[in-house]
Amino acid sequence: MALLETRNLIARYGDFQALFGVDIALNQGETIAIIGANGAGKTTLMRSISGILVNQPDAVLFDGAEIGALPAPDIVARGIAMVPEGRKLFPSLSVEENLLIGRFGRAVEGHWNLDTVYELFPILRERRTNPGTALSGGQQQMVAIGRALMSNPRVLLCDEISLGLAPVVIKDIYAAFPRIRDAGASIVVVEQDIGQALKVADRVYCMMEGRITLTGVPGELTREVIHSAYFGVA
Amino acid sequence: MAWLDTIIQGILLGGLYALFAAGLSLVFGIMRLVNLAHGDLIVLAAFLILVLASALGLNPFIAALVAMPVMFAIGWALQFYLLNRTLGADILPPLLVTFGLSVVIQNGLLEGFSADSRRISIGGLESASVALGPINVGVMPLLTLASAIAVIIGLNQLFYRTSLGRAFRATSDDPVTAGLMGIQPKRIFATATGIAMVVVTIAALYLGTRSNFDPTIGPARLIYAFEAVIIGGLGSLWGTLAGGIVIGIAQTFGAAINPEWQILAGHLAFLLVLLVRPRGLFPRSVD
Repeated sequence: MALLETRNLIARYGDFQALFGVDIALNQGETIAIIGANGAGKTTLMRSISGILVNQPDAVLFDGAEIGALPAPDIVARGIAMVPEGRKLFPSLSVEENLLIGRFGRAVEGHWNLDTVYELFPILRERRTNPGTALSGGQQQMVAIGRALMSNPRVLLCDEISLGLAPVVIKDIYAAFPRIRDAGASIVVVEQDIGQALKVADRVYCMMEGRITLTGVPGELTREVIHSAYFGVA
Repeated sequence: MAWLDTIIQGILLGGLYALFAAGLSLVFGIMRLVNLAHGDLIVLAAFLILVLASALGLNPFIAALVAMPVMFAIGWALQFYLLNRTLGADILPPLLVTFGLSVVIQNGLLEGFSADSRRISIGGLESASVALGPINVGVMPLLTLASAIAVIIGLNQLFYRTSLGRAFRATSDDPVTAGLMGIQPKRIFATATGIAMVVVTIAALYLGTRSNFDPTIGPARLIYAFEAVIIGGLGSLWGTLAGGIVIGIAQTFGAAINPEWQILAGHLAFLLVLLVRPRGLFPRSVD
């Protein structure tokens, strides 16, 4: 049985329907990537899983339990942490305080604590007393990832972590992923950067207009197949 | 020497205004809620202390200690069940609801305690004084200022040294992302209002022992609190103390010139500060 699963997930913003019956599954220890163009519904999917958007209870299953209708704090407490799109650091908090607040709703012992996060991203230790928002974009993204790791999540959701960052910075950040994985988290990455997504993922889902249009293993997907699933033209 | 005495009395009075204002500042800082019933809640707490002191024969300081958890619970419930529903993009609903609450509290107190003015008696302590060099200073005003400083130090420690304080600031920054951290903004807001009501109880003790009070004086205390917060700069607790002291000194100077000018001088000082520093003396850099 999958660790995390969505079943016929439907999401609306008022009259606008953003997701039309999305089914994805994440197995224990796996990294999956969700790719798609702007407006494909990737972020809505992340917001639905993390509890920012509330759904039918049985639309999201985690560890066999129906969690679709739970609000965000309950989802975190169960072990699903999110790195939100745009990083969303707290400007009133220092780097270290931003990390510490990641433990607020789930202070479980595990691999991740301040020391191990600082080992993963050593630059953050030097910047620990700076306001979170005084850092460069890449460093802010490291804080956002570290903040999510502080709750020792079983599932880490990463929404567009490469958005607005230089390629060399993106590479640095993705270099941390094997260690995150080895520490026991199953990972969902949402990306517009297909190359990066294919490199890191065991399986890929492609979304277009609120639907899953393609799913497969990176090595078996040709550029043409992805292109047509991504843009809807061959 | 009379001027020095006037300044010191003003500073001590400022401590009382800072206590009026600290709770207001706390609630505004965390949830951008302007509580127009704040002054009436101070009066409510003063009546609670009065009742506890007279019915149970408690020393007013002990009565205030007993009243604190009661006021915390009232504040928590008020925020959780009523005021949280008014928060949103529109700032009008909380203003209307707290204005209504102010009327309800005043009339409730009138019904229960009549319009007679009361005073909390603390034995001989009201008239006790100590000599600070050439100046005689009342023990109660001195305790008031000391309490105001202690409250501000305590609140700053809470804000900047504890997990709850981080949650307060994070929720104030961004309640949605705070939810992703496992923070429940509605509970955080309720806790903040509960803490504000503990500060209100301390303010009520000094209000009730310093002068007479009756159910209708709340709104006037609210004005002083507002002025202290705004002079100090929104969101800065030390600024709030400075604001309280500015009003306190202006009032004692006004009164020294002509007793009729006491209140007016405080308001004029407020307007003057607004004219020179529209964002207050110590505006918060991050906003």
